[in-house]
Amino acid sequence: MSAHTISTNPVKRLISVDRFLTFIRIFLVTMIVVGFLAFIWQQIDADNPFARWRNPGARGLTGDQFKGLIVSGLSQGSMYGLIALGYSMVYGVLGFINFAHGEVFMVGAMTGFIASDKFQANGMWESNFLLCLALIIVMAIFFSTFTAVVMERVAYRPLRSSPRLIPLITSIGVSFFIQNFVLGLFGPATKSYPRLPEWLSKQRSIFTFEIAGTRLLVLAVAAVSMTALWYFVERTKTGKAMRAVAEDKEIAALMGIDVNRTIVTTFAVGGAMAGVGGILWGLMFRSVTHMTGFLPGVKAFTAAVVGGIGNLGGAMAGGISLGSAESIAPLIILEPLGVPGVSQLKDAVAFTVLVLVLLFRPSGLFGERLSSEDRA
Amino acid sequence: MRLLEIKDLQITFGGLDALSGLNFHIDKGEIVSVIGPNGAGKTTFFNAISGLVTPTDGDMFFEGESIVGLDPSTVTSLGIARTFQNVRLFPNMTILENVMVAQHCRTRQLLYGALFQTRAFKQEEREIRERAEEILGFFGHRLVGYRMDQPAFALSYANRRRLEIARAMATQPQLLLLDEPVAGMNPIETAELTALIGRLRSEWGFTIVMIEHDMKVVKDVSDRVVVLDHGVPIAQGSYDEVSNNPDVVEAYLGRPVEAR
Repeated sequence: MSAHTISTNPVKRLISVDRFLTFIRIFLVTMIVVGFLAFIWQQIDADNPFARWRNPGARGLTGDQFKGLIVSGLSQGSMYGLIALGYSMVYGVLGFINFAHGEVFMVGAMTGFIASDKFQANGMWESNFLLCLALIIVMAIFFSTFTAVVMERVAYRPLRSSPRLIPLITSIGVSFFIQNFVLGLFGPATKSYPRLPEWLSKQRSIFTFEIAGTRLLVLAVAAVSMTALWYFVERTKTGKAMRAVAEDKEIAALMGIDVNRTIVTTFAVGGAMAGVGGILWGLMFRSVTHMTGFLPGVKAFTAAVVGGIGNLGGAMAGGISLGSAESIAPLIILEPLGVPGVSQLKDAVAFTVLVLVLLFRPSGLFGERLSSEDRA
Repeated sequence: MRLLEIKDLQITFGGLDALSGLNFHIDKGEIVSVIGPNGAGKTTFFNAISGLVTPTDGDMFFEGESIVGLDPSTVTSLGIARTFQNVRLFPNMTILENVMVAQHCRTRQLLYGALFQTRAFKQEEREIRERAEEILGFFGHRLVGYRMDQPAFALSYANRRRLEIARAMATQPQLLLLDEPVAGMNPIETAELTALIGRLRSEWGFTIVMIEHDMKVVKDVSDRVVVLDHGVPIAQGSYDEVSNNPDVVEAYLGRPVEAR
């Protein structure tokens, strides 16, 4: 009797887990389909029976509102993408997830605040904004890169040969350390970036899209960084060495590649991207605390998984899809369903996207390329 | 001139002597085969030379300088390259990239050059590419043309072996260590590769140490044969000497019953 119970129990549990997952799948898909259909109906006829039932007073979105959502999704998403690159690169080369990467981003944003605050104090922020912008970007890149490199040297290199779970847990510790270090240095108060000059932050109209200049700057900088990174990884010698190390460290060493140096380069490049992301974050939201790295970091990690972790193009695409979903989905899926307070559900939407991707396509939109063991 | 000289090499894993008291030398321009039954320590011997395993005891000199304890990338830059028994390429990189990345230690341009596209950088990139194409061309039509831009995982088994040799050649070594280069190839491919190994010496000037189980290949290409058994060298000499050596016959086939 007892043997019988033991042998069937795990199977039963498995089936109930499967049932639960199937339920979640059906629930989410139904919600998205129904929400979207309701949105379309509401756009055609704002006073239809469904809208009267779920969302009385629905007015539908105007074209300009919709364009605004797309723009904010894109700019938010490209920032996630910039951070996600760091997660993806480290995962590609070392095979573990560096949860402290969000803190590297925070260091970038914090550096930007300290520098721009000083620039504002001596008046240079107003008189020569472009120079200040260039300087704070360079400084943020420098300090973020420095943080990432020191992190690799102190926390991860000694653990290189241990199982992947160990550096993963270490990275959570590193994350807490950096948060509290910054808290100790600069205190818990929210720090605000100085006001941006009017000519930058004003609304511009491009191809009928109303875009705040800041968002335009974010998009442009993200595009430039991504192109540079692509060129670096695909075309240069160091990039090739990096891919070689990602595939097989031992063989890479036998090809005369200095594996340690290549890994440091990986962390440095990921750190630089996060630094750029940090500055853009600061310019857009104009506030930073020692906890700033947490949520964007987790979201960027989500973006990396959504795009297929280990894949650089995927990280960027994942970031943009996540950002867009976050800004658009509340209004075109949740609002027509009558969910209250939709604009505060951004984070819930982002992690629902993660759940959806993990349920339907666990390797991510662009799938991780198979490792050497799988293919060779 | 002695290219590689190994004195009293000993490698112990736990309580097991993978190699003990191995003396070995190879002169410039020689082709030496290392044979022996499975588990004799042949691959460990290669691992020790290429820096993947640190010897427990003994000395190794490459061009008169000790290479004991150097890390693999340094050994490669000194001029020793190897292939693996179970082919290990970079499967997701293209064939051309596999060969180009192997020239990493022979290039000088740094990030600065790549960022600003200096003339020296472009010049060097071109040279790396040309050299890679030249090396791939050595294997006839098999690895060139449209294949150069295919990922390495798309290659047939024999072509992967060829590519691995090409990649080793691209590190511009003096000494080439081939670990079972013809394993798993059919007789025609084997004959072809045997001829190529001869040309690796005559045309490219490599000195070659080869581990091989195919005795026909060993007979055809090697100047000298070293036999290992249980980590101990039991015979050295020309193929004919070694193949008639009673110890070698015993190591491979066991002792005749009546001799007990």
